[in-house]
Amino acid sequence: MADEADKRNGTEATPRERAKPNPPGYFEGESMTRRRAFTVAAQGVGGIAGAAIILPAVGFAVAPIFHRGKERWEAVGPLDDFVEDTYRQVVFTETEGIADAGKTLAYVRKGSKQLGEDPNEFIAISNRCAHLGCPVRYVEAAGNFICPCHGGVYDFVGKVLGGPPVRPLDRFQTRIRGGQVEVGPRYSVTSQLEPVRARDPGEFTGGIWEYLYPPRPSTFPPP
Amino acid sequence: MKLDSLIPAPLRKPAKPGKGNGAKGAAPADLKTAPPERPSEAQKLGERAKEAPADVLAWVDQRTAASGFLTGMLYRKVPKGTNWFYTLGSATLFAFIVQAVTGVFLAMFYVPSATEAYASISHINNEVFLGQFVHGMHKWGATVMVILIFLHMGRTFFFGAYKYPRELNWVIGVVLLILTMTMAFTGYLLPFDQRSFWASIVGININGTGPVVGPYLSDFLRAGPELGATTLARFYAIHMLLLPGAIIALIGAHLYLVVKLGTTAPPWVHAEKPKNAAPVAQLDAGAEGNGGPTR
Repeated sequence: MADEADKRNGTEATPRERAKPNPPGYFEGESMTRRRAFTVAAQGVGGIAGAAIILPAVGFAVAPIFHRGKERWEAVGPLDDFVEDTYRQVVFTETEGIADAGKTLAYVRKGSKQLGEDPNEFIAISNRCAHLGCPVRYVEAAGNFICPCHGGVYDFVGKVLGGPPVRPLDRFQTRIRGGQVEVGPRYSVTSQLEPVRARDPGEFTGGIWEYLYPPRPSTFPPP
Repeated sequence: MKLDSLIPAPLRKPAKPGKGNGAKGAAPADLKTAPPERPSEAQKLGERAKEAPADVLAWVDQRTAASGFLTGMLYRKVPKGTNWFYTLGSATLFAFIVQAVTGVFLAMFYVPSATEAYASISHINNEVFLGQFVHGMHKWGATVMVILIFLHMGRTFFFGAYKYPRELNWVIGVVLLILTMTMAFTGYLLPFDQRSFWASIVGININGTGPVVGPYLSDFLRAGPELGATTLARFYAIHMLLLPGAIIALIGAHLYLVVKLGTTAPPWVHAEKPKNAAPVAQLDAGAEGNGGPTR
């Protein structure tokens, strides 16, 4: 131990000498050697200086996790454009600042009474596959959504029929403003189509999965 | 020996023990004989010019004492049976150097902006002199590096070169493998075409499937809930500032341990028994007879 050497101060000390009350190398009446006091002080100051640089830098890098952007609504067409028995593709901007890459596609239809939906509501289903985020396509003839990447298949309301997807297709909030249908923030649904906060593809929803894949602060609350 | 005289003295291979120190210069001449003719000024200048490279190296060596390290590293012993498989690590290092050099030149033309990245890459490919060649080296070199690093790891594994005392070097190598894969992943987004865009989305979503931390990791990688303008800048910074530094530092540690610990013989080469080897038990008994190790 370095402390032992300090107490002895370079001299070969017998145990009796070491036990004397005020050994050389110590402050008057203190229990710490000068060397140790300075080591602790220098390391403490260095640690504070290092943390003062590293913590803000790390915070800067991870801040987007806790930041929620502005809610964005975009008109996609007059009410008459949409019917209840098939979908119509609409393209709108989901992320600003990255030109065409920020655009996304939704399949929009009117609420259907036969499916137990409010006929005054509009349903906007995201084309983002719930497996790994590839773009799905609505196939009119089959009445299904089909993903080209790994063969995920969804039924008319977006529930999983087959393939690797872990939950139904995401949806967008909709509202009517000035005779136009507007689509807004994205949200995810459970297998029973209950709305939850938006999850990334590949993440399960509902039940215990709500805790294993916790909602992110950067997403909007579900409708 | 002739070749040796071309190498400056500080870097010359150390003489084997018992062979005299020929390299260090001849013994002093007998003082009683007639002094040799005085050389002309031109001859002196010529001599000095010949010595110049050695002088420069000696100047550096006196101030760094690097020659001991360099001769130790360059002339280190390698075991019997060392073969071409042992070059895979150097090949990986070479692939990394190619990536570093071509990457620096690509950065002179590339614009890490979501709206301009694709245009700048197509400018490099179609208009810049040799741009397609340099971009191609970087693109295919990335694949080559990943293949080589796996072959190098396979060689280490199958030759048992990860065993004591080289476990730490294996661990450093695994970290280097992960960093290389991260490098390949972040570099894939930079051209910002359809392929890189969707590949990055799929990659980030695979990250997101990790329980509990996955969703937050995805948000960290994207700098938000969706792949956006800052994602590209983030990937670019990770790809060309963060990871290269970490990889260079770890390659340094990796090579230090290779030189320090030496390489292993292939598993099919066995140590030869010395002719007059004493049985181990007898040696132990002798040590005890002397009262144990004195230190």
